Order: sequence, then structure tokens, then C-alpha cells
Amino acid sequence: MCLAVPGQVESIRDEHGIRMGRVNFGGVVKDVCLAYLPEIAVGDYAIVHVGFAISKIDEASAQETLRTFAELGILEEELAELRESDEPARPAADKTEPAP
Amino acid sequence: MKHLAEYRDADTARRLAAEIGRLATRPWAIMEVCGGQTHSIIRNGIDQILPPEIEMIHGPGCPVCVTPLETIDKALAIARRPETILCSFGDMLRVPGSREDLFAVKAAGGDVRVVYSPLDAVTLARSRPDREVVFLAIGFETTAPANAMAVQLAAREGLANFSMLVSHVLVPPAIRAIMMSPGNRVNAFLAAGHVCSVMGTWQYPPLAEEFGVPIVVTGFEPLDLLEGIRRTVAQLERGRHELENAYPRVVSERGNEAAQAVIAEVFAPVDRAWRGIGVIPASGWRLADAYAGFDAERRFDLTGITAEESPLCQSGEVLKGAIKPSQCPAFGKECTPRTPLGATMVSSEGACAAYYNAGRT
Amino acid sequence: MAEPPPPDVAGFACPAPLRDRPQIVMGHGGGGALSQDLLEHIFLPAFGNPVLDQRGDSAVLDVAGLLADGGRLAFSTDAHVVQPLIFPGGSIGELAVNGTVNDLAMSGARPLSLSAAFILEEGLAIAELAGIVSRMAAAAERAGVSIVTGDTKVVERGRGDGLSITTAGIGVVPAGVELGPRQVQPGDAVIVSGTLADHGMAIMSVREGLAFEAAIESDTAPLAGLVAAMLAACPWLRLLRDPTRGGVATSLNEIAAAAGLGIEIEEPAIPVSPVVASGCEILGLDPLQVANEGKLLAIVPADEAQAVLAAMRAHEHGRQATLLGRVVAEHPGIVVMRTALGGSRVVPMPIGEQLPRIC
Repeated sequence: MCLAVPGQVESIRDEHGIRMGRVNFGGVVKDVCLAYLPEIAVGDYAIVHVGFAISKIDEASAQETLRTFAELGILEEELAELRESDEPARPAADKTEPAP
Repeated sequence: MKHLAEYRDADTARRLAAEIGRLATRPWAIMEVCGGQTHSIIRNGIDQILPPEIEMIHGPGCPVCVTPLETIDKALAIARRPETILCSFGDMLRVPGSREDLFAVKAAGGDVRVVYSPLDAVTLARSRPDREVVFLAIGFETTAPANAMAVQLAAREGLANFSMLVSHVLVPPAIRAIMMSPGNRVNAFLAAGHVCSVMGTWQYPPLAEEFGVPIVVTGFEPLDLLEGIRRTVAQLERGRHELENAYPRVVSERGNEAAQAVIAEVFAPVDRAWRGIGVIPASGWRLADAYAGFDAERRFDLTGITAEESPLCQSGEVLKGAIKPSQCPAFGKECTPRTPLGATMVSSEGACAAYYNAGRT
Repeated sequence: MAEPPPPDVAGFACPAPLRDRPQIVMGHGGGGALSQDLLEHIFLPAFGNPVLDQRGDSAVLDVAGLLADGGRLAFSTDAHVVQPLIFPGGSIGELAVNGTVNDLAMSGARPLSLSAAFILEEGLAIAELAGIVSRMAAAAERAGVSIVTGDTKVVERGRGDGLSITTAGIGVVPAGVELGPRQVQPGDAVIVSGTLADHGMAIMSVREGLAFEAAIESDTAPLAGLVAAMLAACPWLRLLRDPTRGGVATSLNEIAAAAGLGIEIEEPAIPVSPVVASGCEILGLDPLQVANEGKLLAIVPADEAQAVLAAMRAHEHGRQATLLGRVVAEHPGIVVMRTALGGSRVVPMPIGEQLPRIC
């Protein structure tokens, strides 16, 4: 429902009493309202929807999710080896419970 | 773009799809609630790399599509007035009201402007004190912080020429309505990641418990969606029905509390009609009484504007997954993407429009 | 109190019209001296060529020699409106020349001569007009065409959007070149000459209400030279199309419908520059639906595709030419994309103007 895109905060300022910032989306720079992310700092990434930053991207969780995907590749190779040795496949779901 | 490109890798997508195939032992119908997720699923062809056991049902989560005909007719009436400037998100312009759309009103002399952000409408009101600036405030919970702040800002600056026509809708009541509707086939939900980034995830465990359905908070990129589906299927196959968060880099349990506070101040719950579905109790937000002065419905005389949805349209049944688009008698006849009768034909990602464009019957 | 001096009756004369105004006034379209001023100070110096310098009511061209060997005359017209008039990478002037040059080139023609009709809005700065006209003259020179006849009208302030330009042009299609949907065969290759959506996103980046900062420039360019190089490599090109408004999605759907065949394209092959892709991402636009002004789509026999691509890549306007997909006998009239993930989806014909989405 909601087109929201990650961008990196380049600068922060006050305008009409509202916390605003310049946010860079892969080379496209726009003014974004940062009022809802009082803790966000220059260099951080945020999800932006209709000109408002609504969520700071948690780098640790992002890394964790990507690690999960990478393990899937290793797991698939293991599964392929297991199948070759004719052993039953093991479900992968238990290995990837949500990050805290 | 960082935080997007990493979640589009084709090899990993195939592995996730294969993993879903290994997990799924029987048919499951999973609804992605959010229109943005539907868009991504169709755009990337994700539905086609899923195993045949998994059916994705496209839910009612496009705020443009579900905005009731009556609200659009009211917006058209406001836009026709010579003293007003109607500001809208771009995708609302094409949505037809009972007789015409905002493009037609603009062509007839109405001042209709596309804005990227509701703050642009406030800026316009500031610079044009001679005109009434009305913002068509549609959206789910994700858009509410932006719209709420626009009203707060207008109030603080005493911008008497700014108002909003509000048609906000909420996800949890829609999930409840779908689960309680007769003929419902939905086994599990992908919850909308960006809605949850604002509201948190705490609203969903009670729904998962009450209806016995897994609910997995899911992002929008291909790998996010496949991961959400994978976790959903894993729960289904094990007979579990829990809330899981598969989008933790953006969504926390508590959500954005600063945004929630402003929403709570500016908006109040209201029963809301959804195009093609009907009225769902407490499924929307209106302006709170303290901000009633900014309510366009009060500022302009809109009484007498009512609209009947087409009796031919069965988009509600399509949205619930009860019928396929082509099973609707109006499909491809009275109802096409150029002459849409209901929500699901309005947007190009709506289930009916997607079927129509694909030439599927 | 002093008496006012008596009027100097002998020195009285009707005031002469102010000739060197900074802005267009209604009189510039009146056909009199102000019109002459525009012609002599703005248009003739920029476009000057022997045919135009005759200043006849029509341009008289000798084309008998060009058509002697079975060449045929191509004739096209294109009206141009754009806001703002000058944008990153170009102006309405380049668009007006390249638009008609490219329409001619898509029929395989070598463009020769253009006409240009200007509708000026009262109040347009003459310096701005002069700048656009000089850009137009430079574009004509780059495209190798002459502007041989023209006209100017002025409309009242508020009724003209600054400036609109309509050009028409003629060119010669060499004998043996036969481009069109009837030539298209299943199995043919679909080629695109470079990155998509640059023009539309350049305009979007300076549009009121959407403005964003990005290094995106319009791709406006004349394509006749590229087409000549392609025809030299393969005289049997099936069809050419420049995907302007509505983008590649519109052009491919038109080709599929006209040929009565299907088209399949490969998502990973779609060339989009990273910053344009980012712009599309934040506004929710599909680069396939966004306008180009210096790109072409070519349908070529499959076994000639590599030769055509090599010829294109050797040309300045085809450096990033790439194979986009193929023509198929299945799903006639429908364009299907194989996605990077291995799925597929229909590429629909866009319905109207591209608007930023929130959903």
C-alpha cells in the first residue's frame, strides 16, 4: 500500500520549527521531514514515505536477514549433498527464527 | 540503492522459492494485505516462481483502490469550486468517481495539483492565502503520520485556508473483516511492513490467536516477500499461528511512537466504507474534534453527495479470494481498466486489472 | 506657482512603436515591422540557409535527383509543448528538431528539410526565445537538416504556455528499405539503442511540486545517423520505432498489435542508468513507461542482430545498444517480460500520464 524507499540522511536542519533533512536515494536528493525520527543522525538510513522518514533502518537486523539468506545457499548445497547420499531433507525453517 | 539491491538477488530468490516448495505439502492460500506487496509480486513475477501449492490472494491494501466512490465524488465537488485548490497524491487523479475523475474536473477549469508530500499542500496554503487549499488525505497507517503533521502544522501556523478531506483506513479491522466473511479461504496473512513500521506489531498477535492464522510482517523487495511467504508456510505446515516479523530492519514491536502520538492527537477512529467491500466498523480515522476546523467535509457543504457502488461489481468477493476476477459477470464487459467499476480494476495491480491485462480468463 | 510651459506643437509626433522590447507583445505576430524584426534578428540569423533566405511563402526544393534511383519521400510532423521550456540536457528547441528528424528516421529516411511554426505567448522573454532558437539551429546542424520555412503567431498572455513549436519535415527513404509491422517475423530480435527513461525523469526532476536533485539529463538526440549506420549493417531491418511518450511499454505494445505477434523481453536486459532507476523508485514509476527522446527500438532478423548491435555500438547515439528480447508467435498483441527472478508478467500499455504513486 505504501511506497516507501530507503535513503541516507545527508544533512539535518530546522524549518518552520520542524526537523527536516536532505536525504539521498541512490543519487536522487530530496527534502524529507525527519520529525518522527528524533534520534536519526547524518549518515543513517531511513525509510521514507510521502516525504516523511518513518523508520530508521537497523543495520544489525539488515545484516542478520542477509546472513539468513546466505546460509540458505550453503544449506541448499548441503541438502543437495544429503540427497545424493539419500538421506531425508531437513526443514530449514527452524534455523531462521526472527531476529530480536 | 543500498537496502534495496541486496534484496533482489535472483539466485537467492530461487533458493527461497525452492525452500518454500520443500516445505509446502498441500495447498495454502496466503493473502498479502498490502497493495505495494501486490505490486512487487506482479512486477517481479514472484507468484510464478512459487510452487503450485501456494496461492497468493491480493488483499484490499491499496488506499487508492479502496477509497469509496462517495469520497471521490466529494473531492470532485470541492475541486469544481472556483475558490479551491485540490491537492492530491498522483495516483488518485485517475480514479473515477460516479461520473468523472479529477482529470476531467481539471480539464473543466478546476485547480487540481499533484503533490509528493502533504507538507507541499501546507506550503501552498501558506503562499496562497487567497485560495482554499484542500488536501485529499487518503492512506493506510503508513501515510497517517505525514497527514497528521500537515494538519498540526496548519493549526500551529493558523492557516485558516487549509483543510483535508480525510479517508484514512486501517489494516487490522480489514483482516478481521476478511476472516469473518462467509466463504473466506485465506489461511495466512503477510502483514504490511510499512504499516507496521509506524504502528508496530503488537496489534497482530491477538488476530493471529483469534482466527488461528499465521501473520508474518513482510517487506516489499522480492527476497523480503519470499522470506515472508517461507515463514508463513513453515508455520502453516506445523499447524502454528503466530505473529512473526520478517522485516526486522524496518519494523519493531512498538513501532514509531513519536508518530503514533501525533496520530492519536490528530485523528480519531471512525467506521469507514471500503470501495467494493462496504462499511467496516472502526476501520478508519477521521480528524479528531480538536482539529474539526480543518475538516473539508465541515468547511464545504458536501451534504447530499452520496454514491452507490455498482451493483454489478463483485470486487469484495475477489478481494476475499472467494471468486477469481473472471468469475465476475461484469469482468471485461462493463468493467475494464479504462472503465473500472470496483477497487480491484482501478489500480493496474488490482487483481481484476492484473487478470485483464494478462488476458487471463 | 509657475505656469506650465506651453505644449510644443511643432515637435509633436505619434510615438513610434518601441522596437527593441525585452518581451513578446501581440504586435510581434501582426505581420508588420515587429514581425520583421523577429524574423531578421532572431530566426534568419539562426537558421539562415539559401532556401530560407529567399523568404518566399513556401520553400521550393529540388528533390528529383534524390528520388531518381527509386528513393521515396517521407513526410512527418510533430507538435511540441514542454514545461519548463529549458530543462536539464535540452530545451523545446532540440525536441522540436530531433522529434521530427527521428520520426523521419524511423521510416528509414535520411531527413532533409524541416518547417517550423512557433506559437509565442505574449510576455515571453525575447532573450529566452533567442536562446531556444539558437539551440534549435545547433540541433538542426547536428542532425544535418535545414529549416527552410516557418511561421510565427502570438497568442494573448495566459493562452500559450510560453512557447510551442510545430515542426514538419521531409526525408528520402533509400530504394530497398522497407520498414513496417508487416515485415516483423517470429524469432526476430528486439534491440534498444541505450538507457531508458532519461528524458522523462529529467523533466520530472524540475517539475513543480516534485522537484528533486539528481544528475539526470534528457537524452534528446537526432537518430538519423544511427539509423543510417544500422541500415548499412543490415538493409533488411524490419521496423524502427522511437519510444517517446508512453515509453518502451507503449511502443512495444503498438508493435505487437500492429504485427499481430507477441513480444518477449528480458527484465535484466533493460538498460536504465542507476540514478534514473533511483528516481523511478522514489516516485513509483516504471522506466518502461517513461519518455525517451533520443532512443530507438529496432526489430531485426535474429541472425543479423549481432551485426546491427556492433554497428550501433560504434555510433555515438548507440553506445549502450543492447538486445532486449524477441518476437514470438505466441500471445499475439501482448508484450510479456521474463523477470529477473524467472517469473513473467504482462507489460501493459500505459493508460495516461505518468504520475507519482504513493501505493
